[in-house]
Amino acid sequence: MPEISAEIEQNAALLEIIDSHKALEGALLPILHAIQQRFTYIPDTAIPLIAQQLNLSRAEVHSVTRFYSFFRSTAPGKHTLQLCRAEACQARGSRALEQAIQQRLGIGFHQTTADRAISLEPVYCLGNCAASPSIRIGDTVYGGMTIERFERLLSTLAIPVVEAQS
Amino acid sequence: MIKHWDPSAIDYETDYGTPAPQPEYSPEYAELPEVSLFIDGNSLKVPAGSSVMRAAALAGISIPKLCASDNLQAFGSCRLCLVEIEGRKGYPASCTTPVENGMRILTESGKLAALRRNVMELYISDHPLDCLTCPSNGDCELQDMATAVDLTEVRYGYDGKNHLQAEQDRSNPYFTFDPSKCIVCSRCVRACEEVQGTFALGIDGRGFDSKIVAGQKQSFMASDCVSCGACVQTCPTAALIDNAIIEHGQPQRSVVTTCAYCGVGCAFKAEMKGNQLLRMTPYKGGPANRGHSCVKGRFALGYASHPDRVTEPMIRDNINQAWRTVSWDEAVNFAADRLRTIQQQHGRRSIGGITSSRCSNEETYLVQKMVRAAFGNNNVDTCARVCHSPTGYGLKQTLGESAGTQDFDSVEKADVIVVIGANPTDGHPVFASRLRKRLREGAQLIVADPRQIDLLNSVHVASTLHLPLRPGTNVAFINAIAHVIISEGLEDDAFIAQRCETDAYREWKSFISDAKHSPQASAAITGINADDLRQAARRYANAGNGAIYYGLGVTEHSQGSTMVMGIANLAMLTGNIGRAGVGVNPLRGQNNVQGSCDMGSFPHELPGYRAIGDDSVRAQFESVWGVELDPEPGFRITNMLNEAVAGRYKGLYCQGEDIAQSDPNTQHVQAALRNLDCLIVQDIFLNETAKFAHVFLPGSSFLEKDGTFTNAERRISPVRKVIEPLGGKADWEATMALSNALGYPMNYQHPAEIMAEIASLTPTFAGVSYQRLEQQGSIQWPCNQDAPGGTAVMHETEFVRGLGKFVVTEYLPTSEKVTRRFPLLLTTGRILSQYNVGAQTRRTDNMQWHPQDILDIHQHDAEDRGIVDGDKVEISSRAGATVLTARITEQLQPGVVYTTFHHPESGANVITTDNSDWATNCPEYKVTAVQINKVTEESAWQQDFQQFSSKQQALLKDKLSS
Ligand code: SF4
Ligand code: SF4
Ligand code: SF4
Ligand code: FES
Ligand code: FES
Repeated sequence: MPEISAEIEQNAALLEIIDSHKALEGALLPILHAIQQRFTYIPDTAIPLIAQQLNLSRAEVHSVTRFYSFFRSTAPGKHTLQLCRAEACQARGSRALEQAIQQRLGIGFHQTTADRAISLEPVYCLGNCAASPSIRIGDTVYGGMTIERFERLLSTLAIPVVEAQS
Repeated sequence: MIKHWDPSAIDYETDYGTPAPQPEYSPEYAELPEVSLFIDGNSLKVPAGSSVMRAAALAGISIPKLCASDNLQAFGSCRLCLVEIEGRKGYPASCTTPVENGMRILTESGKLAALRRNVMELYISDHPLDCLTCPSNGDCELQDMATAVDLTEVRYGYDGKNHLQAEQDRSNPYFTFDPSKCIVCSRCVRACEEVQGTFALGIDGRGFDSKIVAGQKQSFMASDCVSCGACVQTCPTAALIDNAIIEHGQPQRSVVTTCAYCGVGCAFKAEMKGNQLLRMTPYKGGPANRGHSCVKGRFALGYASHPDRVTEPMIRDNINQAWRTVSWDEAVNFAADRLRTIQQQHGRRSIGGITSSRCSNEETYLVQKMVRAAFGNNNVDTCARVCHSPTGYGLKQTLGESAGTQDFDSVEKADVIVVIGANPTDGHPVFASRLRKRLREGAQLIVADPRQIDLLNSVHVASTLHLPLRPGTNVAFINAIAHVIISEGLEDDAFIAQRCETDAYREWKSFISDAKHSPQASAAITGINADDLRQAARRYANAGNGAIYYGLGVTEHSQGSTMVMGIANLAMLTGNIGRAGVGVNPLRGQNNVQGSCDMGSFPHELPGYRAIGDDSVRAQFESVWGVELDPEPGFRITNMLNEAVAGRYKGLYCQGEDIAQSDPNTQHVQAALRNLDCLIVQDIFLNETAKFAHVFLPGSSFLEKDGTFTNAERRISPVRKVIEPLGGKADWEATMALSNALGYPMNYQHPAEIMAEIASLTPTFAGVSYQRLEQQGSIQWPCNQDAPGGTAVMHETEFVRGLGKFVVTEYLPTSEKVTRRFPLLLTTGRILSQYNVGAQTRRTDNMQWHPQDILDIHQHDAEDRGIVDGDKVEISSRAGATVLTARITEQLQPGVVYTTFHHPESGANVITTDNSDWATNCPEYKVTAVQINKVTEESAWQQDFQQFSSKQQALLKDKLSS
């Protein structure tokens, strides 16, 4: 039963993280950060465990993870694409770009393509206002973005499966 | 200047917006300092700490609001309640601004009107405009506010981004969540947190994207929601709304009445449309619940109009015949003839009656009166025998009165709360919510129970101590606690010297000091870690206010009475009695258990717990009843059953009680019932007992009659008729008819007359009358010359018996021991959604939460037996065997298994034995030695049961009308 043992292992790891932060004042946020760091997202199964250990309810923990857009509820794609929605970029057409990119990838913000290649996240200013509109993939910020440039960028990322997706 | 202070001027139909700074029913309220201020030019004085919104509401000025409600802490999110305050900049929210001396406040101005209109416009632009077809039409705060701020048009248009397409959540059988109508005021979230204490709801996202979600973005049913209804109650729109209102529209009138389920005794408004009960909404003016409810009282009402209701009297010569429907006259004459014939053949004492803890005080009183006056013997007993008789006995011995010492408000002042053998979140849910609220305020919790009960997992409660004891070892546990208190010198000497009998105390003290009661020694018996036990003893003894709450896990044991006395000893030892916040509090199971005991449903006691053997007491009753009474105590239920099996006891009148299901050792009970020549059952359904009956009299539900119930805090509350009895007679009228047929005349026109007779004969009820109930709402007995308004806390300056009496409580292990053949201990209990034998709740949608009784078993014991979750297992004991489905759990300790008994076909009581409490015969439901085996089919008993049951159903279906 490989799946079950993987789950047990994950739970053990989660409990360990929770345990080591439990005593902190306001332990919830540090715990969530540590879990996301370890698992790249907050697994659903973590929520009841955290709730129980901190004497909180599942709804409370869930609400916190949803209040801070930083926390993810699913594993991110191989690449995280951050799209700037702040003022300078908006002034240079980021809204239209946003729609085009969403259409191209077939996902909205906070979602991941079906092949788990790309996750799309909004950001507010990438510090690249002079060359807006800007996006960031991994650690690299790309300015002066258009949908055509984005296509090219995609092909350099060599993610064929995106193409396959309608 | 008008002073707004008087708690009795509080109108429970008004929402004052924010809670009073201290509960208006507490003595602290009257002592709050005074603040004078001006609102819209009116000068007024209000209690310090009130919000501006509340101050205005007290003066009759209502400030528009959406996110505030007076049972929730102010939140300040909707910005509708803005006011102007002289000398302050801006427009503060009145719900979050406390009053200050000399404040001058303006609640209406052109600017305020414009601001409020803006706010409303934003709300309305994201709200479906289908008021005319909305189920909340006419009962919607959003609608009211739109009118209040004169909103006539919306400038934003409706085609922007909105939530109008959001999907409804219909998972809960009783209410619907329609997010498109939600204004995200978060009142539901806060009600679930502050009022109910479940914290099932949260807010997903932020800003415009925020949404109300249950649990981890689940359906309500899949979340932690327990369907208490608090969120539905507070929702200002139709976002959370009763399905009954969606289906049938708004109610037209309402009547305040009392819940007929459990011993909390919550006050409700029965909301009616014509002759149809639409819903029950908790009434803020009810002191037991203070506006809260649970899934049973709030929603589980369908049984009252269920097609299974039998509404015509029926008779038959023997139980193999089909029933014959007859007139009331024919039914009671048939019954009376049979009873008289039996008495001629078998003697005066060969018949008797059983009263019900579900019927009203007046009805119970009449049944015992009929038994004593018309049957001419004292063979009357009550189902309280099977739950709280040890409470009556134990508290009478030690304190002098057979009842709990506090009111429910008292828990708001407790610092250390000890819960023994009770599961309040399931058995007494509304009280549990009040208790958890106190825990969140910082009170400490100690639980002594074989199971890890849910109370221990309360959200935002850190300080809990669980003492998991072996079933059947309560007395050893309580003695060890007392031993620690004595050996560490933590007792309250001044209290003991002043309030208790010295000799008895001295004797008890030398008994308890014996090293055999030490924590280490008793750990071998109870299994409780000695350090934890010491901790618990210290916490309780050192508490400012220590309160003990206990349930059937204390009473339903062979040493039930001993344990109750042990608890009373402990309270006296630490001076935790006689004021708010402390006390000995039995959590009574059924709605009128306390009342049925008070009303003389015992073979040896007349109403008010007065001995039948006492000549002067008897003389009093004889002169009012106009008959001579038998001075000999009669049979208890157990004796009745034994005598019936022996063929000497032949006739039984059983009102609203299902002994064939609720009493232990079902097979013995059934043998007894089969031996009767005349069994008269009065009930709303053909219950398990009625399947053995010769006469069936249709009972009336609590909606169909006037009367009173007495809850666990001795509170007598009115039950009010909202519809006519479906069977043509209320239960008290049925008893009268039978009594008249027997030749003992009864002629009451209304239950108020019965209460007047009770008051005239019972010193503790002397001041009780329907008139006073009407004025006060409810009354806690004793209510007499010394306490004309009733008594909230008992034994304040002296005990009812004068001096409190310590009683030696020797631990004697139960004869029910685990053996090689029966190596596990079975203990029984209940769950939230079902009630007692389940006759009512099984006929409602509450079935969705608990479709069958389940056997809980610890992982370890299950593995030993190769049992996995969902397996069918046979549970066998000395008494019998039955088959249930197993669930693996860690809420239990190894060696202990647990089940409920809400479903007749489970036959949990086929396994329980006829062991009982030494003093009162209360059955030992909580401990049975059993073995568990994996099986594939149901037990022989269950197969017989199915067969007999379907035959009896057929006999009901084939009933002949004559
Ligand atoms: S469901 Fe009702 S109470 Fe809850 S936030 Fe929405 S409108 Fe307010
Ligand atoms: S019904 Fe009660 S428990 Fe359920 S979400 Fe509403 S307030 Fe919470
Ligand atoms: S707590 Fe008891 S009395 Fe109150 S609503 Fe629930 S069942 Fe009725
Ligand atoms: S606004 Fe887009 S990078 Fe600064
Ligand atoms: S009622 Fe005051 S801000 Fe909502």
